[in-house]
Amino acid sequence: MERPLTQYIHPDGPPRWLPEYLKGGGYRSLQTFAAGMAPQDLQRLVAEAGLRGRGGAGFPTANKWSFVPMGSDAPKPKYIVANADEMEPGTFKDRVLLEGEPHGLVESMIIAGYALEAEVGFIFLRGEYHRSAERLTQAIAEAYVEGYLGKPLPGTEFRFDLHLHASAGRYICGEETALLNALEGKRAIPRAKPPFPQTVGLWGQPTIVQNVETLYNLPHIVNHGSAWYRGLSRSKDGGTKIYGISGRVTHPGWWELPFGTTARELLEQHAGGMVNGASFRGLLPGGASTAFLTEQQLDLAMDYSSIPPEVGRLGTGTMIVLDDQTCPVGFVLNLEKFFARESCGWCTPCREGLPWVARILESFEEGRATHDDLALLEMHAKFLAPGHTFCALAPGATAPLQSALKYFRDDFMQHISSGSCPWSRKQKRERVLV
Amino acid sequence: MLTDIERHELEAAVKHYPDKRAGAIDALLIVQRRRGWISDDSVLDIAQFLGMTGEDVDSIATFYNLIFRKPVGRHVAFVCDSISCWIMGYEQVCARIKERYEIEPGQTTRDGRLTFLPIACLGHCERAPAMMIDQDVYGCVTPDKVESIVEKYR
Repeated sequence: MERPLTQYIHPDGPPRWLPEYLKGGGYRSLQTFAAGMAPQDLQRLVAEAGLRGRGGAGFPTANKWSFVPMGSDAPKPKYIVANADEMEPGTFKDRVLLEGEPHGLVESMIIAGYALEAEVGFIFLRGEYHRSAERLTQAIAEAYVEGYLGKPLPGTEFRFDLHLHASAGRYICGEETALLNALEGKRAIPRAKPPFPQTVGLWGQPTIVQNVETLYNLPHIVNHGSAWYRGLSRSKDGGTKIYGISGRVTHPGWWELPFGTTARELLEQHAGGMVNGASFRGLLPGGASTAFLTEQQLDLAMDYSSIPPEVGRLGTGTMIVLDDQTCPVGFVLNLEKFFARESCGWCTPCREGLPWVARILESFEEGRATHDDLALLEMHAKFLAPGHTFCALAPGATAPLQSALKYFRDDFMQHISSGSCPWSRKQKRERVLV
Repeated sequence: MLTDIERHELEAAVKHYPDKRAGAIDALLIVQRRRGWISDDSVLDIAQFLGMTGEDVDSIATFYNLIFRKPVGRHVAFVCDSISCWIMGYEQVCARIKERYEIEPGQTTRDGRLTFLPIACLGHCERAPAMMIDQDVYGCVTPDKVESIVEKYR
């Protein structure tokens, strides 16, 4: 089984620095530009490969690119931004790549820059990823010395500059327009769309914001072609996917596997099933803002085409497992407290609604909830749904809430009828003094 | 006032941006690294350097959880309180920190050694519960490991 993105990654060892990276075929993709591959050819290749954005939304990458103005009349400069603000709870796939193969991101961003005739790239990295920051800094420096950055690529007139921007926390910075505000040195609140960043982005210039894992696919598509890339996958979406599992499973971890691997294979074969004494109840397939899948849905292919929208969505593909020793209400409370804290406060439904949801869930855990509270939760799941808020943060928060109310309703009812949490792992209210 | 070293580092940090204010986070992090936290005076120093108002810089400084607008200890212990770490028992880790060092989240030990803060998902979910002290991440933390980890930071 081919693992193009991670075959050289050894989580406990150092990454490949430039000499080894070159020896393994690194930066070879850039030679195709001098050999005559035009930016339009590259865009077509990515479209044929069926690459879809791995940040969670699964938007086809070539479609996203198609809105960027091209040619000599296009505004200059254009920007490529790598969204390395990985902060979705339960998600750690981009860290694996950034720490394990930092040159891969540099090469990928040069390719994206060439495809879109963009001159400058920024890596927007979350502040907590210190090891990634160190390694990316070294990789960028090596690429400058070797002339992959900062000089025209041999045989072309294309020159690309790349800079690392380390951020300082806050989940909302992963939202692409909030990210652009953060990068411009403004308070990181989302922008109104349209205009979309593809035409009016960083400092008003055409900008593509792309997830880290998505970018890492580009050198392999260029080197091996779209047919090979589609062949890696078991589904309509091309390539491999870095899946992960955390929670009470025997071997929590990550695996690069054909896109479209089922949740059951991931859980049973790769994660080794549940730990002794725990039983499976459900999982969030891709971070905190995805809906629960239960036993009946485990045979679904984990890709962007196979999960019916009424069931849920793949999100980031890094799964969080709920077991029978963990209270589903407490599980959702933890998620909603996260979303309430990370709301940027810009729009009212999100700023006011999410803390309200968290307080109601707390009343369940403390045994004070009534049937009216259940109705209130359902109301919030509707009022915070897509279309009612400025960005996707609050709608994301409703996905686990709404699906928990559907699949674990009995557990909510039990909290009401018994006047306490049956798991009695009550969350004490943490007062934070800073 | 910014020191010469700070000014030098700030100048290097903003040179990639077409607009100086884009260096606001870099500037806050650079000054914080030297001074430990961001005081009102630091806000004004940075504002002057970037050509912004103090209020404008403060609107950024107060937004980010890794920028400290109050003094912190010599070391900061961030305990991940997100979902995978919750499932795997981060609360017991917090309880041990509180008991052993007599601090609540948001507080600093009396000797100024350690500040204890909760933090959103650290991205080490496969080794939950996770905590980060200064820039070092520790996975599979149990209450019994807390002391031996923290002891490395004097």
